[in-house]
Amino acid sequence: MRGSVERRQHRAGWAFVTPALVLIGVFFFVPVLAGLFLSFTDFDIYAIGRPETVRFVGLANYARALSNSLFWQALGNTLFFVLVGGPLSVVTSLVAALLVSSKLTRFQGLFRSIFFMPVVTTLVAVAIVWRYLYQPQYGLLNWLLGAVGIGPVDWLGDARWAMPAIILMTVWKNFGYNMLIFVAGLQSIPEELNEAAELDGAGGWARFVHVTLPSLGPTFLFVGVMTMLGNFQLFAEPYVMTQGGPLKATTTVVMLMYDEGFRWWRMGMGAAIAFVLFVIMLLGTMLQLRLQRERRT
Amino acid sequence: MDGGAATSAEERTRARRTKRVSARPGGHGPRRAAHASLRLVFLLPFFLTLAGCAGAGREARTTLRFWAMGREGEVVQELVRDFERENPDVRVVVQQIPWGAAHEKLLTAHVGGSTPDVAQLGNTWIPEFVALRAVEPLGPWLAGSRAVAESCYFAGIWDTNVVDGVPYGVPWYVDTRVLFYRRDLMARAGWDSVPGDWDAWLRSMEDVRRVAGKDRFAIFLPTNEYTPWIIFGLQAGSPLLRDRDSRGDFSGPGYRRAARFYMEVFRRGLAPNVAGANIANRYQEFERGTFSMYISGPWDVGEFGRRLSPAMEGAWGIAPLPGPDGPATGLSTAGGSSLVLFRASRHKAGAWRLVEYLSRPDVQLRFRSLCGNLPARVEAWRDTTMTRDPFARVFETQLRRAVPTPKVPEWENISLRLQDKVEAMVLGHVLPDSALAALDREVDRILEKRRWLLAHERRGGPGGTGTAP
Repeated sequence: MRGSVERRQHRAGWAFVTPALVLIGVFFFVPVLAGLFLSFTDFDIYAIGRPETVRFVGLANYARALSNSLFWQALGNTLFFVLVGGPLSVVTSLVAALLVSSKLTRFQGLFRSIFFMPVVTTLVAVAIVWRYLYQPQYGLLNWLLGAVGIGPVDWLGDARWAMPAIILMTVWKNFGYNMLIFVAGLQSIPEELNEAAELDGAGGWARFVHVTLPSLGPTFLFVGVMTMLGNFQLFAEPYVMTQGGPLKATTTVVMLMYDEGFRWWRMGMGAAIAFVLFVIMLLGTMLQLRLQRERRT
Repeated sequence: MDGGAATSAEERTRARRTKRVSARPGGHGPRRAAHASLRLVFLLPFFLTLAGCAGAGREARTTLRFWAMGREGEVVQELVRDFERENPDVRVVVQQIPWGAAHEKLLTAHVGGSTPDVAQLGNTWIPEFVALRAVEPLGPWLAGSRAVAESCYFAGIWDTNVVDGVPYGVPWYVDTRVLFYRRDLMARAGWDSVPGDWDAWLRSMEDVRRVAGKDRFAIFLPTNEYTPWIIFGLQAGSPLLRDRDSRGDFSGPGYRRAARFYMEVFRRGLAPNVAGANIANRYQEFERGTFSMYISGPWDVGEFGRRLSPAMEGAWGIAPLPGPDGPATGLSTAGGSSLVLFRASRHKAGAWRLVEYLSRPDVQLRFRSLCGNLPARVEAWRDTTMTRDPFARVFETQLRRAVPTPKVPEWENISLRLQDKVEAMVLGHVLPDSALAALDREVDRILEKRRWLLAHERRGGPGGTGTAP
C-alpha cells in the first residue's frame, strides 16, 4: 500500500519534471554537444555548400585561437571590461540601493522605477542615444567638459577612451537591476541587528561595515557572479557603438566569435572560441565562490 | 484560364484575406461565436469555389520572389509592374532588404532553404554564394538567350560574375572608384587636369598642397577603408593572391611597389594619417581645402553636389585614376550589383525572363533615371543622357579599366587584414616589408582550406573549390 503511494508520487514527480528536462535536453544539451563537436572540425563556408569537405582537426582550432594575437587582444579588452566595469557596476548599484532604501529618502518607489528604467529600455536605442552624447564635436558630454575647461575627448574614436566610454554606458544601463536585488537584500536584514549595534555605540559607518555588508554576503555573491557572467559576454554595446574599433580596442571575445562564425563562416573556429570563453567564465565563477567561502570561514 | 481571370481570382484571394483579418476581433463570447459559425455555414460554398479558383490561378500564374536591396529595392517595384504587364503569366513579389542586413539574410535563407527565385547580389559576394552552392550556373541560360550576352558588358564587370570559368550573375548596375579633386586649387597650382602617372601625380600633390596653404594636405586616404590599398596593388600589377588564389602575394614585387608609393604619400605628409572617423565631415574639409583629392565612387557625385555649398559648383570634378605607368595602368575596382538565380528556385524560367527584362538597355536607362545607378549595359551608355553627362564620361573611361578582385569567398576577410596592416604601417608601428610578409602569413592561414580543396580536386577526391561542375 505504502509502496504504491510512493511509486505513484515518484511517477508524478517524473511527469512534472520530464517536460522541463526534455526542453533543456533538446534546446540546451544537444546544441552544446553539437557545438563541442563542431569545435573539433573545420566546418566553414565550403562545408555548408558540400558537407563532405568537413575535416576533423582535433584541437587545431583551439591552438589557432590561442595563438591568434587578436584573440588575446579581445580577451584583454573583455577582462578590462569585467574587472573595471563589473566592480564599478556593483558599487554603483549598492550605493543606489542604499539611497533608495534610506529612511531619509522620500518617494522611494518613484526613484526605484526611474533607476530601473534604463534596464528595460532597448539596448540599441540606448546605444544610439549615447553615441550622440559621445559625439566629439557636438555631443553633450564634451560640451559639459568644455564648460569646465577640459578639451574635447574623441570618446568612441580614440582607442584609449572607447572602452571606458562603453563601460560608462553599460554601468548606467544596468545598475538598476542589481540595485533591486540589493534593495531586497537590505530589506531582509533584521532591524534588531542595527538597533543592537546602535546600542553598542556603533556609528553609521561602523554599522554599514559590520552589520550591513556581512549580512549582504549572499546577495554580493549572486550579484557578483551574475554581473561577471554578463560582462564576459559583452557584445551588443560595442557592436552597435564602435563595431569593435578603433584599432580593435572594443573587440570582445564574443564579438570575435561572432565574426569568425557568422561573418567568415568558420563555425568550427567560432565554436572553439565559445568553449574557451566558457572555461574562462567557469574559472571566474569558481574563484568567486572560493573567495566567498574563505571570507566566511 | 486567361490572365484577366487570374487577376480577379488573385483579387478575391486578397479580399478573403482581409475579411479573415477583420473578422478576428468579433470572435469573442458565445453569441458572437454562434453568429460567426452561422455566417461560416452560409459562406462555405462560396469559399470552396473560391479556393478552387485560386488553385487554378496559381497553376497558370507563377509568382516570383525577388529580393532587392536598399534604394534599388524601392525603385525596382515600378520596373517590375511593367514586366508584369508584358508577362501576364508572371507575378513578381519584390522584397526590399536594407543593405546592412542583406548579406546575413541571404545566408540564413540559404541555410534555411528559403532563398528567393531571383535576387540582387553585390558582385563581390558572388564567390561566397558560389562556394555555398546557392546560386545557379548561368551557362545554359546565356546560351539560349538573345537578350543577354557577355559582349554587352564592360569586360572587368562581367568578369566579377565568373568563378572558375562559369558565369553566375548578370551585371545589373555598376560602380567603380575615380578621383574626386578640387579643380580650382589644381588650376592655381598649375595643373589643368589630373596627370596620368604616379610620378606626375605625386608632383601635382606637392603643388596643390603648397597652394592650399599651411596645415593642408593633398589627398585624403582614410585608413579605415580598404579599397584604395587594393586599387594601388591592382594598378602596380599585383595579382594580390597567387597559386590559383590559394596564397597571398602581398610581399611580391607588384604589391611592394604599390606600398612604396602610398607610403611615400604619407611620408611626405601629403595625406593625413587618420581614420575616416577623425575627419568629421569629409565634404566640409574638402570644401575648406584640407585635402584636394579623394578616391570614391558614383554615389559621392550626388553627395558632393548636395553637401558642398553652391559656390563650389564647378570648382570640383572627377577624373580617372592615375596609374604607375600612365593612364592605361590606372585600374580601378569593378563594383556594382548583379542579378542571380537561386539553385533551389522552382521558377527559374520565369526568373530568367525577369533578368532579361531588367537587362534591356531601355529598362536600364529608366532604372538610372529612377535611382541614379550607372547602367551595366554598354548600349545604354550610348544614349544621349549618358554621353552628355561629363561625370558619366569619366566613369565610362574608368569602367573600361575596371578589374575584379580575387574571386574567393575569403576575400573580404583578407581585405580587412590588409586594412589593419596598412593602418599599422601608416601609423609607423611596423615597417612595410615586415608588415607585408606578416600579412602574407595571415592570408596563407586563411586560405589553408582552399589549398586543401585544390589539392584534392587535382587528386580527384572530394573537393574542388565548390565551383567548377
